[in-house]
Amino acid sequence: MGTLNSTLSSLLSSINQEISAKEQQKIRDSIVSSIYSCAEEISRKAAHHKIDRRFELDQKIDNIITSRMFGIPIMLALLGVILWLTIAGANYPSQLLANSLFWFEGQLTGFFVMVNAPDWLHGVLVLGMYRGLAWVVSVMLPPMAIFFPLFTLLEDLGYLPRVAFILDRYFKKACAHGKQALTMCMGFGCNAAGVISCRIIESPRERLIAVLTNVFVPCNGRFPTLISLSMIFIGGLGAAAYSTAVATAVVVLLILLGVGITLLISWLLSKTVLRGEPSFFTLELPPYRKPQLGRILIRSLLDRTIFVLMRAIVVAAPAGAITWILANTYIGDLSIIAHLAGWLDPFAFLLGLDGIILLAFILGLPANEIVLPIMIMSYLSAGAMLELDSLTALRTLLIDNGWTWLTALSTMLFSLLHFPCGTTLLTIYKETKSLKWTAFAALMPLGTAVIVTFAIAQLAFLLGLV
Amino acid sequence: MNVTDKSLCTAAAYEAFGLRLSKNQLVIALAGNPNTGKSTVFNALTGLKQHTGNWPGKTVLRAEGTFVHRNKKILLVDLPGTYSLLATSADEQVARDFLCLGRPHAVIVVADATCLERNLNLVLQVMEITPKVVVCVNLMDEAARRGIKVDTEVLSRELGVPCIPTVARDGKGLTELKDAVLDVARGVIVTSPRQVSYEPYVEQAAARIESRIRPYLPGWVNHRWVALRLLEGDMSIIKAIIDHLGNGSEQLLLQEGSAVWAR
Amino acid sequence: MTDTILPLSQLPKGASGTVKYLTAQGQVRRHLLDLGLVAGSRIESIRRSPTGDPTAFNIRGAIIALRNEDADQIFITLDKTMEGKNECHR
Repeated sequence: MGTLNSTLSSLLSSINQEISAKEQQKIRDSIVSSIYSCAEEISRKAAHHKIDRRFELDQKIDNIITSRMFGIPIMLALLGVILWLTIAGANYPSQLLANSLFWFEGQLTGFFVMVNAPDWLHGVLVLGMYRGLAWVVSVMLPPMAIFFPLFTLLEDLGYLPRVAFILDRYFKKACAHGKQALTMCMGFGCNAAGVISCRIIESPRERLIAVLTNVFVPCNGRFPTLISLSMIFIGGLGAAAYSTAVATAVVVLLILLGVGITLLISWLLSKTVLRGEPSFFTLELPPYRKPQLGRILIRSLLDRTIFVLMRAIVVAAPAGAITWILANTYIGDLSIIAHLAGWLDPFAFLLGLDGIILLAFILGLPANEIVLPIMIMSYLSAGAMLELDSLTALRTLLIDNGWTWLTALSTMLFSLLHFPCGTTLLTIYKETKSLKWTAFAALMPLGTAVIVTFAIAQLAFLLGLV
Repeated sequence: MNVTDKSLCTAAAYEAFGLRLSKNQLVIALAGNPNTGKSTVFNALTGLKQHTGNWPGKTVLRAEGTFVHRNKKILLVDLPGTYSLLATSADEQVARDFLCLGRPHAVIVVADATCLERNLNLVLQVMEITPKVVVCVNLMDEAARRGIKVDTEVLSRELGVPCIPTVARDGKGLTELKDAVLDVARGVIVTSPRQVSYEPYVEQAAARIESRIRPYLPGWVNHRWVALRLLEGDMSIIKAIIDHLGNGSEQLLLQEGSAVWAR
Repeated sequence: MTDTILPLSQLPKGASGTVKYLTAQGQVRRHLLDLGLVAGSRIESIRRSPTGDPTAFNIRGAIIALRNEDADQIFITLDKTMEGKNECHR
């Protein structure tokens, strides 16, 4: 490092000081003006515009999609349609998969009997591992494989910037960055992907707020839980013909709640631990592009299916095995699960939940889609063996274990608001490189979930609604 | 030893940016406005042979990929999408630092055919840093649909660099793009990039500064460009140059009465 | 007769104007300039968000939304052809 480097350094500094800031601004303005004049001149010679029909069409579409009257209703309607298609479309494939997978389970059991395998081995491998896998594949895969391509389609069309355009005012009021509307939407697909998408936000403070609140939007892994529970408990309240519609409405409401909480927490964070100046932001509304329908739907479908299957094998199968072991290993006259659930019960009851539900959420940290299967297996082990091939059977199981409408509501709320899954937390750590904020990213949502479920449960108890 | 020969300086420069090259591999930078289909171009050129990471020391995403064209190995570095290289956001700094100090063998600037004026802002700025530029005029199908006709021959003539029309989504124009990039990188095509002419007082002030700093800057840095940045008061690029040069890869030596850069 | 100069936020929907000067400073100013809002550029107001903020403008062929408080820092003159026809709706 020669002294001449520092000569250069001081020469440049002194040159910089010779020009006043005002002069510098004037020069900067002039430079950009000159570049644009040059650009204008060149583009006048090289580009020729005829009447822009597509542009006019885009404007006509946007005039409706972001209009005062229809803007927000259309947004809600789109959300509803996507969810409805997901719920209705997943029904048949789920049934099909469930039937074939549980038929295969029977074959497996037969095999185990034939080779005189010990009961516990059958338990761990078939009742635990295989069942966990079978559940995730039959109940979780179809909705995830339908929702994701539909969402990608919307994204490819170019609709998401319009959402940001509509919602920006609320994000501004919540002192959040305008692009947070976009990163929030990305969280619908997968929270980890949503966290990564927060890189589009320049300022570290606002990026962190976006990262921390991304969890309040239900990701693909949580949708099936919300959908199943709303179908069972709330959809069942009305006539069968409307149950899908009612379930859709419930999930839409939950999502709106999630968005509301995102805004509220963003506001709180920017007033307390993450104070600072809001940064400048412009949003470009790109022209609508005709999405390559076939390519997207098929690519997306395959991608998702493979992704879910991999996760099922890597996470759900071991989780199933572990749950079975915990549920069938006895200490004294209670299984481990019963012990743990027993400890958690008092606290859980306050929230309108029970120990097993809470335990399922805790054990479900690696991936959100295994929470429901773990819950079911824990209930099953404590009671009779059931063939869970339909939602009605599931309903019976839950009611037999003391579930009320409040339990369902609390569970759904807890699922919506609780800590992010393991993958997301890892991603948050990689993005923030801070253990402190990663811990906060887990504890803050947990705290929110506890507060909200507590409040609602206590209110319900107070009013004698349960 | 007066080192203006690119090949001798390159390895250390690339290391500073966290890039590892194989022998004789060319480094091409990919720049462009956001929303121009730049990632489509990147994916179309590199296929699955890509790798995502970060720029060293920053939280800005970087994608690198490799491909082979006419038996030549090429490393494509995707720069963040930016509207300009003049503002001081992290994205713009990363792009600018790499173009200026990383000295890629050539730069592809992806421009949106439907929005040429604004895209030319970036193209002209990139051309001020390095002459080895190829403009990829993408989204030609969108432009056609909207009644916009872009004459790339005229554009090439006006800009002084090759301009290749492409529809990256459908894979059209990519071979011509690769041909042009290779030719520019190897010097087979010699470009004469259009220089933006600024207002007289700006040009004069820049010339004065240029003569003062010339003895102290390495030959491969575009002196006029540095002078203009100084006029604007943009110290970040200055600091980046000094930091880069100060990390030991090159040193300013006094040799026979004048300052020269040597390894 | 001098042209009326008004902030961009008061440009009526569908009207267009020419940029006169910016009162924004620092980074904001640079960003606005980089988008092409240099003195003499034409800008057209396209539509407002259903919630009132931001407003979408046509800047050199691209539709870009700016928040009201940022549009307040850009001063324009109304295009002559429009001047008599439009009233100022906020």
